[in-house]
Amino acid sequence: MTLFRAEDIAVRFGGIKAVDGISFGVERGTVFTIIGPNGAGKTTVFNLISRIYDPSQGRLWFDDRDITGLPAHEIAGLGIARTFQNIELFEHATVLDNLLLGRHAHRGTRLWQDFLFTPAVRRSELAHRRKAEEVIDFLDLAAHRDSHIANLSYGVRKVVELARALCTEPKLLLLDEPSSGLNVEETEDMAFWIEDIKKDLGITVLMVEHDMTLVNQVSDRVLALNYGRILAEGTPAEVQAHPDVVRAYLGGV
Amino acid sequence: MRFVFKTDYRQDIGLFRHNGDRFWYGLLVLLVAAAPLLLDRFYLGELTYVFVLAVAGIGIMLLTGYTGLVSLGHAAFLGIGAYAHGYFLQQGVPFVLSVPLATLLTTAAGLLVALPALRMTGIYLAIATLLFAVIIEQVFIRWESVTHGFRGFSVGVPQVFGLPLTDPVLFYYICFAVLALAMLAAINLLRSPTGRAFVAIRDSEIAAQSMGVHLARYKATAFAISAGFTGLAGCLFAHKIGYLAPDAFGIILSIQLLLMAVIGGLGSLHGVVFGALFVGALPQVIAVLRDYLPDRIAQQPGLEPGVFGLILVAIILFEPQGIYGRWRKVKLYFQLFPMYKAATFKRQKTYTRSERNK
Repeated sequence: MTLFRAEDIAVRFGGIKAVDGISFGVERGTVFTIIGPNGAGKTTVFNLISRIYDPSQGRLWFDDRDITGLPAHEIAGLGIARTFQNIELFEHATVLDNLLLGRHAHRGTRLWQDFLFTPAVRRSELAHRRKAEEVIDFLDLAAHRDSHIANLSYGVRKVVELARALCTEPKLLLLDEPSSGLNVEETEDMAFWIEDIKKDLGITVLMVEHDMTLVNQVSDRVLALNYGRILAEGTPAEVQAHPDVVRAYLGGV
Repeated sequence: MRFVFKTDYRQDIGLFRHNGDRFWYGLLVLLVAAAPLLLDRFYLGELTYVFVLAVAGIGIMLLTGYTGLVSLGHAAFLGIGAYAHGYFLQQGVPFVLSVPLATLLTTAAGLLVALPALRMTGIYLAIATLLFAVIIEQVFIRWESVTHGFRGFSVGVPQVFGLPLTDPVLFYYICFAVLALAMLAAINLLRSPTGRAFVAIRDSEIAAQSMGVHLARYKATAFAISAGFTGLAGCLFAHKIGYLAPDAFGIILSIQLLLMAVIGGLGSLHGVVFGALFVGALPQVIAVLRDYLPDRIAQQPGLEPGVFGLILVAIILFEPQGIYGRWRKVKLYFQLFPMYKAATFKRQKTYTRSERNK
């Protein structure tokens, strides 16, 4: 069963084709990884899915629904959450506030209720808090709950961003280079978490990643891109053995 | 140093963090409530003015300190609130109805400005709001049937609770009540999803959007709410100055209002009060200092704006977190005494620097 499908999507910035007619499908309950050299268009694909860029052609399907024309802020409500390559946390807020903001798509109160902090707001705040605490337990962030992001190390920030994405209760989780900037140990933790996210939480993961150890460990399918085009798609082993992929990474062989 | 042992999620969304807070804020409220007994008329009037400034400050803090949108045109909103209130009073609308009406009108004006202003951020937004203020000032001058042009008009003196509003003690308590309610509303807003969305927009628009924050809607909301608070302050301001003329709502006032937020400490409601105290008290301090300065300096016409600017430069250079930031540091120093490290707040400082280089 396909959860997400990209149909012949392309995007041009001036004369440059960053993504040039890509099609792929992500099965429910799997980890799907996009690899490729720098500038291959991986993050652009992510930005197309989270509707920050508009595709020049093609369609995006999520849960049998065409999301190509939706505005960016409606994506989270549908069940697509993402992290960013260069961490985009709310720097001057606490970890808890960041996670609670992850609950924004589920806000059920109106502005006037917020002004008066009515019992309904209080109840929904407590419910959001319980959900955030579940995620804090899951990712072992209890020690940092009240820290300001500005005071946290890069590795912890990466986890907080993952936690914030999980707080939206997504069906599809987009991870943009989850291991970049992490040391070996932290990368191993990340690999375990991604597996747990898939198995325990039942969330489908679509990720961009460079670290091939991590890719091999967690991915069910791998898609290799170069210059905005598909080089190969298959299991991690198949893709790594593919002659075009070898050529893209190592130069002409 | 106090460590709060938390056993309930409700502790994190309560108004007070612990009983110590309850005690000190309670004492402050008692002191402020007893001020008419302790202070003479002049200082009571000054304190009233500080309250009025603080109500406007809440509006600016929500917009600039929490949503990250800089406005250099808030004098216009203060003016719209003041003129609307003055006009309604003239038409015979009772005080208790006129204030909410004028506030709503200013909120609508804020929404109207927000629509084109949403496309801009940073310095461009500041310029756009500045121009808006210039336009509104012209409206005050030209729309004679309502504003009486350059001549202006004197604000009516309504009866509230059987007393004329010119009664300083009554006016003091009204301003105090309005400030307290406005503060409560702002605190409520900030501990609920709306306030979190504002902070999210300030810190990272792209992440806020991806978490489901409708940027345009929330920015417009922030603008409208900010204008509303400032308009509410405008109603009180009208009674404070007693006579409305366009030159009361010029660019200088806009700058003073913005500086109030910056000097107090961006991103904190405490900062609003500190900033209002500062902006309200500085002219008095300078007036007193004049007596002790040599004539050549004391008689300079630009002394006040000069000192104001100098202090502002010093604050931005040495204490970007404003008076409230300094207050927190001093408090921590005594809490940790004698263990306070000079580098306790170092990371924030280096962080600001790297951000500036970006």
